[in-house]
Amino acid sequence: MLAFDLFEPYGFEFFQRGIIVATIAGALCGLLGVFVVLRGMSYIGHGLSHAVFGGAAASAVIGINFFVGAGIWGIISGVLIARVARRRVLGADAAIGVVTTASFALGLALMNRYGQASKSIEAVLFGSVLGVKVADIVAVSLVAVFALAVIVAWYRKLLFSTFDPDVAHVSGVNVSVVEVVLLSLLSLTILVTMRVIGTLLISALLVIPAAAARMTSNSFSKLLWISPLIGAVTCFVGMNVSYHLDTSASATIILLDALVFIVVYTVAGTRNRMKMASLGHV
Amino acid sequence: MSTEPFINCEHVSCTYGNAAVLDDVYMQVNRGEFVGVVGPSGSGKTTLLKAILGTHPVAHGSITMQPKLTLGYVPQVETVDWYFPVTVEEVIVMTRSKSSWWPRISQAERKAVREVLDRLGIGEVANRHIRELSGGQQQRVFLARAMFRNPDILIMDEPTSGVDVRTRHEVLHLLADLHADGLTILLTTHDLNGLAAHLPRLVCLNKRVIADGNPRDVLTPSVLESTYGAPMEVLEHGGMPLVVDHGRVPMRGEGK
Ligand SMILES: Nc1ncnc2c1ncn2[C@@H]1O[C@H](COP(=O)(O)OP(=O)(O)OP(=O)(O)O)[C@@H](O)[C@H]1O
Ligand SMILES: [Mg+2]
Repeated sequence: MLAFDLFEPYGFEFFQRGIIVATIAGALCGLLGVFVVLRGMSYIGHGLSHAVFGGAAASAVIGINFFVGAGIWGIISGVLIARVARRRVLGADAAIGVVTTASFALGLALMNRYGQASKSIEAVLFGSVLGVKVADIVAVSLVAVFALAVIVAWYRKLLFSTFDPDVAHVSGVNVSVVEVVLLSLLSLTILVTMRVIGTLLISALLVIPAAAARMTSNSFSKLLWISPLIGAVTCFVGMNVSYHLDTSASATIILLDALVFIVVYTVAGTRNRMKMASLGHV
Repeated sequence: MSTEPFINCEHVSCTYGNAAVLDDVYMQVNRGEFVGVVGPSGSGKTTLLKAILGTHPVAHGSITMQPKLTLGYVPQVETVDWYFPVTVEEVIVMTRSKSSWWPRISQAERKAVREVLDRLGIGEVANRHIRELSGGQQQRVFLARAMFRNPDILIMDEPTSGVDVRTRHEVLHLLADLHADGLTILLTTHDLNGLAAHLPRLVCLNKRVIADGNPRDVLTPSVLESTYGAPMEVLEHGGMPLVVDHGRVPMRGEGK
């Protein structure tokens, strides 16, 4: 007999729901992560996850639905960030930092004041498999289908405005609309991923699978399936491992991603190390 | 057919923050012209092109363009992210964003890409990553991307920077052919003798337009000195002006 039963966790409904959400969320983060990495937006991903946290806390206090409240808040933050980021003169990093950390601090304060216990803060910061509901499965699936549809339909626009925004603009691509849509997708992704992965580690899930995928391929279209694949597999495996080792699901998933990155980096070797330059200031 | 200029810049000023980069620039480009803009580094050549393209705001004055003009823009190669994961074919095809709802490159597109590349003499590179190309090939890939849209006017930022003499010749011949086929071209260059002197019209720019006209009239010591702020001599060679730079630094060990 085995020392432990591989299928034991599947007997729990919370685990079934959690692993479905985590796997879809991993694929979704991997998909959007390609744009985050190639556009050098990892800081924006980090900022947005903190902003959405503020929105989540505020909607809990006001008593409106988490997805509605935090979703609207996230999309507004995304659009604001896009506007601020365009004015490069002003030190966009600092401006984004102010907006998003203020939002984060507001969330913390609201939860201190009105939340039930520190338990719920921890759940939002680090994610909690126990809290995953059927609504989360529906939400993450809807966002994933929507993101996939947008990326397929706008594939060339997205590629063009990521690679060469000035020329894309000249060629009739509405670069600002593309950017706003991308940031909204990013906000929605963070929103539906937050309950499992938690605010603090989402940005890692947005960056690491895409960065690892980037080292395996020189083709944009291939990145768009390699990166989601890494994201989904690490989330799936990470959920199982975390159950058996009794470690935090999000931490286990991110550590697995980091492991994949290290392995790919080592295997890809010096030849591909040059490609790292394209990751820019990530 | 309208006789209005393709591009009409009137009293154009541009700034970066508080620094004025262009001041009261007046320039027109008409259908069928081949115009070169020359000037020292930082004189605002790229900024002028960006203002025309609408990617840099105009602080004062106005730039008007003939309606429904299709622009083809070839950026300065130094500004391209050569590590970006795309192949030559993908770079060229991305300009057609409205062709179909499915992103896959169709057979017809593949053929069209080959045609453009063949025309520019680089048919064999279609499936290579953009980093795996020589400087001249890279230049031509971005020219091919611009040509793929069948533009009315081609706008190029330093099409011969960083290429050798032979490639420069090839690019110049290519552009002359495209111009002969009726394409309007506006480019910038640092290459006075190798490129600028061969063009039918030159604009000398240094924040303002210093001179505008035929190279024979424009490439004169006084115009060059006020454009570049350094004394230069102009000789004649084979019926063409040849600019000689006298800012010579004597080297150690140099004999008399
Ligand atoms: N993004 C920017 N922010 C601030 N200043 C800038 C920026 N881009 C250009 N400048 C400044 O504007 C001036 C004109 O730059 P521009 O790039 O138009 O010159 P250029 O004639 O194209 O030069 P080069 O021949 O070196 O390409 C320069 O003084 C430059 O320092
Ligand atoms: Mg320039």
